[in-house]
Parts: sequence; structure tokens; C-alpha cells
Amino acid sequence: MKTSFVREVLGRSDYAIIGEIVEPKTRVLDLGCGDGELLEWLAAKKGVDARGVELSGAKVQRAIARGVSVYQGDINEGLADYPDHAFDYVILSQTLQETQHPRDLLREMLRVGRRAIVAFPNFGHWRVRTSMMFSGRAPRAPRFPYEWYDSPNIHVLTVLDFEDLIALEKLVVERRFFLAGHRGVATLPNLLAEVAVYLVRRP
Amino acid sequence: MVVEANTVRFDSLSLDGGATLAPVEVAYETYGRLNAHKTNAILVLHAFSGDAHAAGISHETGKPGWWDNMIGPGKAFDTDRYLVICTNVLGGCRGTTGPSSVNPETGCPYAMTFPVITIGDMVRLQKMLIDWFGIERLLTVTGGSMGGMQALKWAVDYPEQVVSAIPIASTTRHSAQQIAFNEVGRQAIMADPDWNGGDYYGKQPPARGLAVARMVGHITYMSDESMREKFGRRLRDKETFGFGFDVDFEVESYLRYRGSQFVNRFDANSYLYITKAMDYFDLTEGQGTLSSVLERAQARFLVISFSSDWLYPSYQSQEMVRALRSRNQDVAYVELQSNYGHDSFLVDVAEQAELVRGFLASTFERAQ
Repeated sequence: MKTSFVREVLGRSDYAIIGEIVEPKTRVLDLGCGDGELLEWLAAKKGVDARGVELSGAKVQRAIARGVSVYQGDINEGLADYPDHAFDYVILSQTLQETQHPRDLLREMLRVGRRAIVAFPNFGHWRVRTSMMFSGRAPRAPRFPYEWYDSPNIHVLTVLDFEDLIALEKLVVERRFFLAGHRGVATLPNLLAEVAVYLVRRP
Repeated sequence: MVVEANTVRFDSLSLDGGATLAPVEVAYETYGRLNAHKTNAILVLHAFSGDAHAAGISHETGKPGWWDNMIGPGKAFDTDRYLVICTNVLGGCRGTTGPSSVNPETGCPYAMTFPVITIGDMVRLQKMLIDWFGIERLLTVTGGSMGGMQALKWAVDYPEQVVSAIPIASTTRHSAQQIAFNEVGRQAIMADPDWNGGDYYGKQPPARGLAVARMVGHITYMSDESMREKFGRRLRDKETFGFGFDVDFEVESYLRYRGSQFVNRFDANSYLYITKAMDYFDLTEGQGTLSSVLERAQARFLVISFSSDWLYPSYQSQEMVRALRSRNQDVAYVELQSNYGHDSFLVDVAEQAELVRGFLASTFERAQ
């Protein structure tokens, strides 16, 4: 099995991958951007026009104080205001599984953006599977630490699930990355990857 | 920081209503220094009853400015880095030409012969002052409430001159409720016999009417919660009800006090003219959509609203933000949690200050 270390950005490997994908001087929208650290990094290192949407007022405040243009709102309804193809990239990092209507959101992302970057935790990872098999309860794993009743993860998915959605939506995958910790995963991603990062677009 | 007001006189100003004011004077204060490239100027725009004295201690009155908690060395509008300019609005009574000014044609105060003015007229006069300073681009235009309306108007009418705009607790157009409260204030003034058709200069001014107008205003600037916290049902200097119509409750005492204080510093006719200008305010002026009008702006926007502000509710700020987003304009928005109602932008400024500080720093950096 071939593995390779992935460098980190702001302590996160998925950010490093997103940072590698995003071309300089582009327009980027980060959905659920938190306190704007990724956007600030992209603006500083890649000179992108960085925008964000975040629901938490406290996080929006920190993002704006960093100088990032962030809008306080709900990503499930917030994209409708934007015109078509307003952005080169729309980023959804570790949030797809928390959204009400993931399929609709993906469509909206590809309406307002030419490309979508989706990073999500893989529910098919072996640790999740063994947790469920041996405990007989809703699985707990480092990436899924919550009790079932207070988990924000309402639409958990695996790598294969996402591939199915891509096929259903007839999307083109430009790049896909699989991560376990800080290592890249080259084989059996649905079993071995903790996090998947996809760059997709409409044909 | 002791500051002094200055006044500049211009030959004339054409108004939206068709009239021309000649001459016209504008009072202003400045804090900080203009840099060599003139890229660090900020225009601060006051709300309804404000004046040019935004920061520092007034040489004349010994009082701090109305936004002294936001403007000064090391503060959000950092006067060690930026030059801050604040003017008194057209129609005001604190140095800028208004209904209490003397009409040179008659030698008497204008009173009700003063032409009806608009937010656009106020901005046009400010623009003359900024040009007089030789400042080609303003790093930001900002203000709360009516100040936010002026900031929006600046961004739309003089897009090349406005790098960024920070409208706070404001709106793109006055709503029926906002017009209604203003009308109550105006009617209170005009119902006072001392108002005398506006002709009261040198005589007894309509102090009772103006005080009542201010009392209504103060209620709209607070929130149910802030009033409950501040006054509750506490009685004023008594243990039991007086069974009469003198002051019983703390809140009554407070409103009467604020009303009577206001009379000493504000002109009743200015109240009429400035509230009318706010009521006329609609950024679209009935032409086109809000998005198509805001699209003229080239500025970066920071929009702030407050959770307990029921006079300028968050939905009005969100309308503005939605219109900006629909044309993919650069806008940051947050609703800050505060119990202080519409007054939040003046009194509960810790979080607002951090937002402004970061937004300004990044805007300044990009603009160089």
C-alpha cells in the first residue's frame, strides 16, 4: 500500500489540499467558513477574492475582524441570493454531512460556482464500521465523536455514497484526495480514508 | 484630546427639492492626520440628533463626542492611523446651515421658509467639503441610523470616491413604522402653541412639544429589555404611588429629564426638517431595484445590525446585504447580540469596535 504525507495548512491536511487546488487570483466562497482562517490564508497566499457564509455570529465576528468578507446566514438558504457562476470555487469543508439537503446544496454550489470543493468525513472508514459491528450502537469514531441524539451529522455518507451522487448528478470529478491523518490514501479509500476531498464541476 | 469645531462657507448648494441655498455653511471637526497620499480619510456621519462633535473633548462645551468610544488614538477608528472627519448635517442646528440660520435675504432666521431637504442634499454638502479638503478617495464612510443612510448615499452617488462603507443599524429606505414615529414627534412640536408656525426665534421656543417628541424618540431607541433592566417598575424618590400625575416611576423621570435636556441643545424646526429628510429616504428613489441602484457602488461594505433594535430591525440591513450579494458585491454582515436596542451602536460598542478595526485594517491594506 502506497501512502504519502500530506503537508498541513493551519494544522489541517484538508486545508492543505484545498490550498493546492485553488488557483491564484480567483473568486472563492467558503460555506460554513467558521472564523475565516482558511479564507484569510487563501487571500494572503493566493490573492483570492475571499468570501464566506457562516451561521454563528461569534465566528462571523472573528472572521470580519480578520478582514474577511463574511456574511452571517444559513448556507441551506443563503446561496439563493448569489448570481450564477459568481465564484470560481465554492468550498464546503467538513459540513456536507451537517446540511439539511446535501443534494440541493451541491447543485446550488455548482450554480453559483464553476467548481465545487467538497471535503467530508468518510463514514465508511474501518473504525466506524468496527465500532458499529462490535458495539451494536450508532458508531463512534474520532471523526464522529457525538452521541446519536446530539450529533450535528444528520446526513452521514461514505466515499462510495458520494461517488454515487456524483454519477447521479452527472458531475465531472477533476480531482479526488483521500486522507487518513496526515497521510494520503491510495487504495481502498472507502475503507481507509478518514476524509475525502473532491473537486467537481458540471460537464 | 481637546477639539474645536470649524466652519466652511460655500457659495451655494442646489437641493433635490429644486431650491438653492446661498450661501451655505458646514461645521466640521477632524481628528488625526491626513497621510501624504491622502488615502487614510474617514468620513463619520451622525445620526438624527448628533453633531460634528464625534470625538474628543469639546473646547466649547467640555463634553466628549457622541462616538468618542469608537474614535480616538488606538480606538476602532484609530486616529493614530486615520484622519476622521465629522460634519454637522444640512438642516442641523449645530453650526451647519439649517432653519435656525439667518436667511441673508431677509436678515431673519429661515424658520419654515427653509427649503425641505433630503439625505442626498446632506451628502452633496459633505461632498463639497471633502473636495475642499482635496481628498479624492475616502477610506470609509460610516455612521449609524441616519448616518448609515448617508453612507449608503455616498457609496451610490460618488462611487469612485468611496473605498468602503459601514452602514450600522440603518436601512435603504424608511419604513411606515419609522415614518410614523417621526410624524408623532413632528405633531408634538407643531401642536405646541409656542411653535407658532415655526416663528419662535428670539421668543419662547416650543419646549414642551420638542420634549415630548424627544421622549417618544428615546423610547424607540431603547428595547423592552434595556428599559426593564434600567428602570423596571421602580418608583422615583417615593415608597408608594403618589395618586396623581407627577412623576411616579423612574422611567417617567428619565424621559422627562431627557426631553428637557434636549430642548437646550436642539432646534425644533431642525427636528421637523431632518426627520422629513429621513422619511423621504429611499435609496432607489422609486427608480429600479435596490440591487441595480447599489450596483453603482464600488465600495466594500461592512453592514452591522443589532438583535434588539426594533426601530431599524435587522431585516432592513439584511435587505441591503441581499441586494449587494445578488450582484456579487463585496459585503460582510453580522447581527450583533445586544440588549440596548437602536442605541446599541452608540453604547454597546466593544464587538462593533473589533469588527470595524479589522475591516478598516484590511481595507486600508488593499487600497494601498
